[in-house]
Amino acid sequence: MTSTPLSPEFKLIAEWIHSKSRVLDLGCGDGQLLDYLIQNRSITGYGMEIDPQKNIKAVQRGINVIQSNLNSHDICDYFDEDSFDFVIMTQALQVVSRPDLLLDEMLAVGKQSIITFPNFGHWRNRAQLFFGGRMPQNKSLPNPWYNTPNIHLCTFNDFEDLCEEKNIEVVARTVVNSRHEPTFAMRFAPNWLGEIALYRVQRKS
Amino acid sequence: MPMTDEIGIVTPQKLHVSTPLEMVSGVTLPEYDLMYETYGNLNADKTNAILICHALSGNHHVAGQYEGETAKGWWNGYIGPGKPIDTNHFFVVCSNNLGGCHGSTGPASINPLTGKVYGPDFPIATCKDWVHSQNTLRQHLEIDSWAAVIGGSMGGMQVLQWAIDFPDLIHHAIVIASAPKLSAQNIAFNEVARRAIMTDPEFHDGHFIEAGTTPKKGLALARMLGHLTYLSDDMMGSKFGRELREGKLNYNFDVEFQVESYLRYQGEKFATKQNFDANTYLLMTKALDYFDPAADFDNDLSKALAKATAKFLIISFTTDWRFSPERSHEIVKALLDNDADISYAEVDSQHGHDAFLLPNSHYEGVFRAYMNRIYNDFCRQRGE
Repeated sequence: MTSTPLSPEFKLIAEWIHSKSRVLDLGCGDGQLLDYLIQNRSITGYGMEIDPQKNIKAVQRGINVIQSNLNSHDICDYFDEDSFDFVIMTQALQVVSRPDLLLDEMLAVGKQSIITFPNFGHWRNRAQLFFGGRMPQNKSLPNPWYNTPNIHLCTFNDFEDLCEEKNIEVVARTVVNSRHEPTFAMRFAPNWLGEIALYRVQRKS
Repeated sequence: MPMTDEIGIVTPQKLHVSTPLEMVSGVTLPEYDLMYETYGNLNADKTNAILICHALSGNHHVAGQYEGETAKGWWNGYIGPGKPIDTNHFFVVCSNNLGGCHGSTGPASINPLTGKVYGPDFPIATCKDWVHSQNTLRQHLEIDSWAAVIGGSMGGMQVLQWAIDFPDLIHHAIVIASAPKLSAQNIAFNEVARRAIMTDPEFHDGHFIEAGTTPKKGLALARMLGHLTYLSDDMMGSKFGRELREGKLNYNFDVEFQVESYLRYQGEKFATKQNFDANTYLLMTKALDYFDPAADFDNDLSKALAKATAKFLIISFTTDWRFSPERSHEIVKALLDNDADISYAEVDSQHGHDAFLLPNSHYEGVFRAYMNRIYNDFCRQRGE
């Protein structure tokens, strides 16, 4: 079942996951990342996914997948505090109804959280809005404003402000372009040049 | 979709057990029969056996059809060649629960000690008793352990009991549209059903067989009530709405709305054509009321499931209000507390509790995917 190659984003995430850790993957899709981590990092854990078709694929892979809506606050009902070493959520922060509350839940049940999302502050988005006067539509944000799952887009700076406000420590951050490659220039102006960010965060002690 | 086929003609078998069964109630059943059916073939390693546990009004006839009959078993849509429980891969077993009325020893059977029909004197069986009697059937069939035990509704409760009582004998547990115990509302519905039967003048304190009659009216009422709890408001609305049988109101108490006609038909069919034994109905509802595996573990379901080693698939249906998704969440939570291997699907369906018997692409998809995983697991173990 692991015929499709692991996406670059998942490869970057996998580098952060140490062997035999307990992992919760929110919005786990067809379970590809968990499958990879089970086989290559000997992790244990669960995926949560709302989409029935993706659930079926995850079950077929042998992944433990709980069908659940990330907006329903099931996470804290299902899991005790510090149940996981890592709670992962890839490309879903911007689609949930209250990203701030979900972040709290993730850091309640997990020691660290790994979060990835598209950067609304990327220069191309800014240019489309600034010069075109319209909401950006491009490869990483393909949907028109009136019909998009991305209801809470933010920039890297916005996210880091939220972390600051919530007393959340950014342990690591990787900024990449849409091909998931870091470039030299991104280091100096990530919020302008980075398209996707991977954050590893934890509660400040 | 994969090609599916039918099992075809099946024949039930009967196992006579002469080892006494000590029941939870304290009564010992000296001997008993278990009526059962099997489909598919047991493989050489005996690793492909599946036990199906039936629900309140179900029986051992799960799939296929009897010689000369057109009606098929109650879960025929899900069991057969190429179906989610694929009989090309699995050896499927289902027995009629003890206390039933389809061939296994029950209230309508003759008590060997008195030579008379048991009637109301048949001991009330519990899920635990059923599971223990099914384990005797397992031994008789020389099956070392079940690849999976699967059941919906009351069948799902037996699956949980299996996972708790015989953790080493069950590798996978599939619990569908079930609950870890009945709610007060569930028990209340059962009580109304029992009162309907017991207050029927033809009930004769349960000795109706000896009196040469059956409490058909009470049984039909009980079934009507039960049936209501299996359907959803949505489904009844879309199927019947307020449709009238004669197209106009007659201002009398005859059957006027289609939904009334349907319910009466269901009740009649159950009490007459299916000839369901009223004492069995009472017994089954009691077994449901009593089911509470957490009771022996400080009322903590997580503790009750602590020893379970099976991998679980839990499925619920969105419009099921008899055993709602929230009831399945309780099971999921208890299993997660134990770090069990578990997957959970909440299937969107308008068919209420009955959805577990009906076609649905998500339900079928996840069921099939899980069964394939079980099959692949034991193929891999065999090194195929």
